[in-house]
Amino acid sequence: MEHMKIPYYPGCTLNTVAKQFDTSAREAASIIGFEMKELSQWNCCGATFPLTPDNVIGLTAPAKVLSSARKEGDTLTTLCSVCYNVLKRTNKVIRDNKEKRNVINGFIEEEYDGSVNILHYLEVLRDKVGFDKVKGAVKRPLKGIKAATYYGCMLLRPFEDIGIDKAESPTIFEDLLRALGAEPVEFANKIECCGAHLAMNNEEVVTNLSGKVMTSAVDAGAELIVTTCPLCQFNLEKSQPRVAESDTGYTPVPVVYFTQALGLALGQDIETLGFEKNSSDIMPLLKKKGIA
Amino acid sequence: MPRIGVFVCQCGNNIAATVDTKKVAEEMGKLPGVVYTCDYKFMCSSPGQEMLRQAIKENKLDGIIVSACSPHMHEKTFRKAAEGAGLNPYQCEITNIREQCSWVHHDKTKAAGTVKSIDLTRMTIQRLKKNQPLKKIKIPVKKKAMVIGGGIAGIQAALDIAEGGREVILVEKEPSIGGNMARLSETFPTMDCSQCILTPKMVEAELNENITLYTYSEVEKVDGYIGNFTVTVRRKSKYVDEERCTGCGECIEKCPFKVDSQFELGLNKRKVIYTPFPQSVPNVPVIDAPNCTKIQKDKCGACAIVCGPKCIDFKMEDKLVTEEVGAIVVATGYQNMPNERFGEYGYGRIKDVISGMQFERLASSSGPTGGEIRRPSDGKIPQSVVFIQCVGSRDEKKGVSYCSKICCMYTAKHTKLYSHKVHGGQSYVFYMDIRSGGKRYEEFVRGAIEHEGAMYLRGRVSRVYEKNGKIMVQGADTLSGNQVEIEADMVVLATAVVSRDGADTLAQRLGIGYDKYKFYNEYHPKLKPVETVTAGIYLAGTCMGPMDIPESVAQGSAAASKVLALFSADEMAREPITSVVNRTTCNACWDCVTACPYTAIEREAIKDRQGNVVRWVAKVNDGVCQGCGVCVAACRSKSIDLKGYTDEQVFAAINAF
Repeated sequence: MEHMKIPYYPGCTLNTVAKQFDTSAREAASIIGFEMKELSQWNCCGATFPLTPDNVIGLTAPAKVLSSARKEGDTLTTLCSVCYNVLKRTNKVIRDNKEKRNVINGFIEEEYDGSVNILHYLEVLRDKVGFDKVKGAVKRPLKGIKAATYYGCMLLRPFEDIGIDKAESPTIFEDLLRALGAEPVEFANKIECCGAHLAMNNEEVVTNLSGKVMTSAVDAGAELIVTTCPLCQFNLEKSQPRVAESDTGYTPVPVVYFTQALGLALGQDIETLGFEKNSSDIMPLLKKKGIA
Repeated sequence: MPRIGVFVCQCGNNIAATVDTKKVAEEMGKLPGVVYTCDYKFMCSSPGQEMLRQAIKENKLDGIIVSACSPHMHEKTFRKAAEGAGLNPYQCEITNIREQCSWVHHDKTKAAGTVKSIDLTRMTIQRLKKNQPLKKIKIPVKKKAMVIGGGIAGIQAALDIAEGGREVILVEKEPSIGGNMARLSETFPTMDCSQCILTPKMVEAELNENITLYTYSEVEKVDGYIGNFTVTVRRKSKYVDEERCTGCGECIEKCPFKVDSQFELGLNKRKVIYTPFPQSVPNVPVIDAPNCTKIQKDKCGACAIVCGPKCIDFKMEDKLVTEEVGAIVVATGYQNMPNERFGEYGYGRIKDVISGMQFERLASSSGPTGGEIRRPSDGKIPQSVVFIQCVGSRDEKKGVSYCSKICCMYTAKHTKLYSHKVHGGQSYVFYMDIRSGGKRYEEFVRGAIEHEGAMYLRGRVSRVYEKNGKIMVQGADTLSGNQVEIEADMVVLATAVVSRDGADTLAQRLGIGYDKYKFYNEYHPKLKPVETVTAGIYLAGTCMGPMDIPESVAQGSAAASKVLALFSADEMAREPITSVVNRTTCNACWDCVTACPYTAIEREAIKDRQGNVVRWVAKVNDGVCQGCGVCVAACRSKSIDLKGYTDEQVFAAINAF
């Protein structure tokens, strides 16, 4: 593979509280052989895709991101599931709906036509790099680690708009973890919601939903939960102590970003992966498995 | 000078309210060639028709106009009446002064309606002056039928045609006739055993002298038209000589290789030389060539060694057979939508999530478990079973928009079978609505709920997953407004009924229409439910859409009665409204051949006296032509005319306007 440069949209969270997600992804990319080139200009994606069909103003923030991406190439990669969801769906609206496209372009004073191809980092690894090549680059296989691949909802749905994988029975995440040497476990709630933004005003719902995700993962034998989204990561980590408190049979497990797991397997220096920023500690598990 | 009569109908008040019919009649009487006019309350009534006949005879009319309703309504009536008075029926023309005239004008002074009626009738008069007397087309009819598809609908159609004394060829794709019904355990609402009522009919079809069975065969090509079809059938190689095979089953016994049985839907294995099920008709095994080591690698051959009558031939090849038939009944049936499409239900991932048809096999006494309900994973008897209805049906997003019609009933049947066979077992049914329209159907479902203890939950299932060896079914109960989670030992999916793979290809071969789901279109959904737009081709059963056994059987019989009616005369009379080619001006560009939707236009060679081809011209086959007029529009040299609607007639009408 030639040296590949892919325009990259980090989004607000990866620039702040989920910095370890961003740095580990960039580092892993450079080991595999491609560069994530951050857009020279970007703003918040809006963080939710507006569900009322006439709410065009809600599409202008992501449209601005897309139009500046267009100036830097024909693909755009991102890591946060919410950013991915919002950008991809907005892009589809702009591409397919001429009327809305004109209104949006009028607002943002650009001529954007929806021609940028939005790829999640996982898609880059699967379709541009290939999981076989990733497997070949693994220096520190995650051997013996039973990992729960928690997709959440934004990465997969709605299927007609996103289409990264089969919405109800996806395998892309497991395929990556398998390439890294881990053993993915099949668990019931792997594509259920974590509670998302309700973390702001209804923590009980989040504890309940995130709790179900974690208990179903641990029941299925998971020793590690891997996420693709800063909000999932936040909700899971925040809920875990409460779940452990109320459910005596529950043993807390580390929760990490998939790019941290990737960097670990690619042989990155453990110190640089930002595990200290996670609120759960992965080190005992790594020691137990003889990885660190 | 022509002698034309004009009859203006009042249609009670339908026309008379906005048209002054008397005035229309009077005005028409002033036109040259018109020798008789009148208006009358109901022209289509018996006295009206009698008046028409009398007027023709008394005034020696050679052409008549009836200004009345649309020709779709009573053209036939008046043409018949005219014929009764000795007139050529095609010298009778209709002016429509009702649907597009009196009904759309609300002017109570009758001014607008009257003027328009006068204009329209005058146009028809000029048109009629250019009419040529036409004769009905007579087509010879081959009194032999073909039925495509050997399920219950096809078997019924074949039996009824054979009973009527006509020969039938029954073509079936699989090695045995019987279709989907052969797989079922019991049938709703009577709970009689499916095979017990089906197999006698299968045997009857085999023994009936008028029926020829072509099993393991498919229709490759269809040519011709009503009364005169030529059908090419591919008789796939069975590697077993049907004539000599005694059906002893020795070969099946000795075959050392096993593969998944399609008939048992993967719940059981079968040998590589096999009959699909014990009561197969004909009872002749076939070799599954891709899995046979003798055919693939020239190793084994055990079946041929033990075969007494030596009827196994590993070199046998497919045969193409051509059959001449007068009518075709299409009864190709249905299949179920692939369950794998619904990842949330876990089919294919969780072993004990099965389809409704697989449950039929589990409940069937000839099935893989001998009729005991045992789950596929470990053979244990499930103590709780969840049935999920509408898997793909009424779900435009992930499946099809229509209701599959039979699932409510067969799911209720499944819960009954389950409670009869597993005492103390609990069944749950997730449903959207219970649709049980049909004789004794509602009572059947109530029985399942009230007497057999099936727990019906109104709502959808969101996820099915495994936990501690149980299957967890997560769903909504919208009547209590709660989310529910049920621990089950087995889950049964009532998957949507869809058209067969390749249904569109067959329709194209036959020249019949199909809808967006590839179900075949009937000619008229209410009044011509088993006919197609292609004359001589009839439909029966689930190739048209979801339906149950009684409906399929009724349609099989209905299609057969249509075939028998067609075969009742040696010749068939058809309307003479067909295209005709002017051979002197045709320049053989063949645009008409391309344009014709019915492939009714052939290439004809014009030869000199020595028999050398001088030139080519187009020729319309009257048997196939439907009189649509597309070729007339396509013809660049204006060499094609449509009888009854010639350019001359149409221009005369326009000029009179």
